[in-house]
Amino acid sequence: MNIHEYQAKELLSGFGVSVPPGGVAYSPEQAVYVATELGGWHWAIKAQIHAGGRGKAGGVKLCRTYAEVAAAAKAMLGATLVTAQTGPQGKVVHRLYIEKAEPFVRQLYLGFVLDRKIERIRVIASAEGGVEIEEIAARRPDSILQEHVDPAVGLQPFQARELAFGLGLNIKQVSQAVTSIMGCYRAFRDLDATMVEINPLVVTKDDRVLALDAKMSFDDNAMFRRPRVTEMRDAAEEDPREAHAAEFGLNYVGLSGDIGCIINGAGLAMATMDMIKHAGGEPANFLDVGGGASPERVAAAFNLVLTDKNVKAILVNIFAGINRCDWVAQGVVQAAKGLRVPLVVRLAGTNVEEGRRIIDECGLPIISTDTLAEAARKVVAAARDKEPA
Amino acid sequence: MSILIDERTRVIVQGFTGDKATFHAREMIAYGTQVVGGVTPGKGGQRHLDRPVFNTVKDAVRATGAEASLAFVPPPYAADALMEAADAGVRLVCIITDGIPSQDMMRVKRYLRRYAKTQRTTIVGPNCAGIISAGKAMLGIMPSHIYLRGSVGVVSRSGTLGYEAGAQMKALGIGITTSVGIGGDPINGSSFLDHLMLFEEDPETKAVIMIGEIGGPQEAEAAKWVHENMKKPVVGYVAGLTAPKGRRMGHAGAIISAEGDSAAEKSEIMRSYGLKVAPSAAELGSTVALALSKEA
Repeated sequence: MNIHEYQAKELLSGFGVSVPPGGVAYSPEQAVYVATELGGWHWAIKAQIHAGGRGKAGGVKLCRTYAEVAAAAKAMLGATLVTAQTGPQGKVVHRLYIEKAEPFVRQLYLGFVLDRKIERIRVIASAEGGVEIEEIAARRPDSILQEHVDPAVGLQPFQARELAFGLGLNIKQVSQAVTSIMGCYRAFRDLDATMVEINPLVVTKDDRVLALDAKMSFDDNAMFRRPRVTEMRDAAEEDPREAHAAEFGLNYVGLSGDIGCIINGAGLAMATMDMIKHAGGEPANFLDVGGGASPERVAAAFNLVLTDKNVKAILVNIFAGINRCDWVAQGVVQAAKGLRVPLVVRLAGTNVEEGRRIIDECGLPIISTDTLAEAARKVVAAARDKEPA
Repeated sequence: MSILIDERTRVIVQGFTGDKATFHAREMIAYGTQVVGGVTPGKGGQRHLDRPVFNTVKDAVRATGAEASLAFVPPPYAADALMEAADAGVRLVCIITDGIPSQDMMRVKRYLRRYAKTQRTTIVGPNCAGIISAGKAMLGIMPSHIYLRGSVGVVSRSGTLGYEAGAQMKALGIGITTSVGIGGDPINGSSFLDHLMLFEEDPETKAVIMIGEIGGPQEAEAAKWVHENMKKPVVGYVAGLTAPKGRRMGHAGAIISAEGDSAAEKSEIMRSYGLKVAPSAAELGSTVALALSKEA
């Protein structure tokens, strides 16, 4: 799960990380009001979307007058922002963050990730902030400093100090940077984040260290115990089909092909999509019905797949372990009544005979198969409206 | 021989009295697994499936001599259950639960390091299908009838792809020693590498198939070890060629977020280290057959 910049800053400042003063706006009038409340002479107007690369795409504007604030807000709100990270379809801007602009003398990079190789939190810092970390890694790999956190004791102040001195900060700046580094770490740990990125972390003329941008991602598996973070979910940033799928305990990812997939197990789902491609077709979606798929869940899966109007044929592939084929078959038969596209079903595993019997005896035009290869071939042929070769 | 479990392994079930645990414990018993009891805090002293229920893992170990556990514990309490089993001296814990927070698993793995390597608990999972040593014992939720007893080791992140491999091999008359599901989470209790090492040591295992997927550095690390240390032939497969970058494909750990995370890259790494890579998920069995015929 991702949140907006302003939400990340609100969370992080609660852990002692210094951020510039700012406020959210949903209209140009509100943007001007926030600017007047903040005071000062310069404001940054920032589009709030769940993707990076906003600066280059025109999603951040520096304004010097209230008229400029109003004009920038008017131009951004409701507009579609296409950045290097949004994909070609872009994201619509619904919220703005108005921040008091702070002149700075240095831009640093600070990041926290869950490192799967060492199975620990890894802290990354660089004196070359303001550009993407991938670019820093390619151009100035020598500038990257790292620390690993022992989960038994957590990040220690000496590690934060080593990073801060390593960034070439003076003693006044170091103590502030240490507070921010430790704060980010505590936020990461206490809120079950998977990523915290401050890029840039800036140093002002008067030796203050501020988080000018902030990004946070969270572990979906831990959200049951993080209601404060869950409240920050912005439905407008998510694919409505994926949100709908989650309500039924299904995992759905929409793709651009025309063969709908309903499969149990993430690995088998991916492999089946690969097989469809291998057989000359294109999958319309990833869909894992999960363990213990009840007939209701299977019916929900069909409804979901059919909301995609590109779907020309559906493949159901179930290898039942924790699932039972007879259950799945009941759901399939219910959902297949009145279906407008061809349906290929492959069942294997627990209670397979009973499952196949239900499919064979239902009297519906369901194409039944035994093997994965055959299933992929038949569904591709069905989508093209011809007999399998 | 086989790895991890056999017909003599004494097994308890954590979360014994729950619906799913009951269903699968019955299947395990029917397969011949020595299920000697279970743990459900607060139900100690009762009997379930004609076996004793205990309040704590320590009580269960003391009374039954259990050395392995199958954990069916909901995500909020799973890390605690794993540490409890480790502290009670259980040698092997297989955890089926999907949805455990990553930082909990991180803490569990750090906790295990308090024990000397020779006494350290092996965790298989979470978010996995479990372990089966064909014809001997089952510690998991797989449909046992799809496996034939034989000489191939299977280690897979995905449960259902492990089944696919087992069933395809059976159709070709090829059996398995043990099949291990290491699970689809970002942090696994044990890795491909851990189980490849066991298969290499196991005299009955003649070849191994490892089934990976997108996300994480595990497959590459294992392939490198195979190249440098393993004498037995290893077949590889990686699911997710059609998976888009940056999207989580069902499993919490199945996401392409770094260099080397994609299926194409991992398959290439496997090939470069001399593994025979199955061209599609429909050819897992036939690729193993080919590897075995070259050995003979």
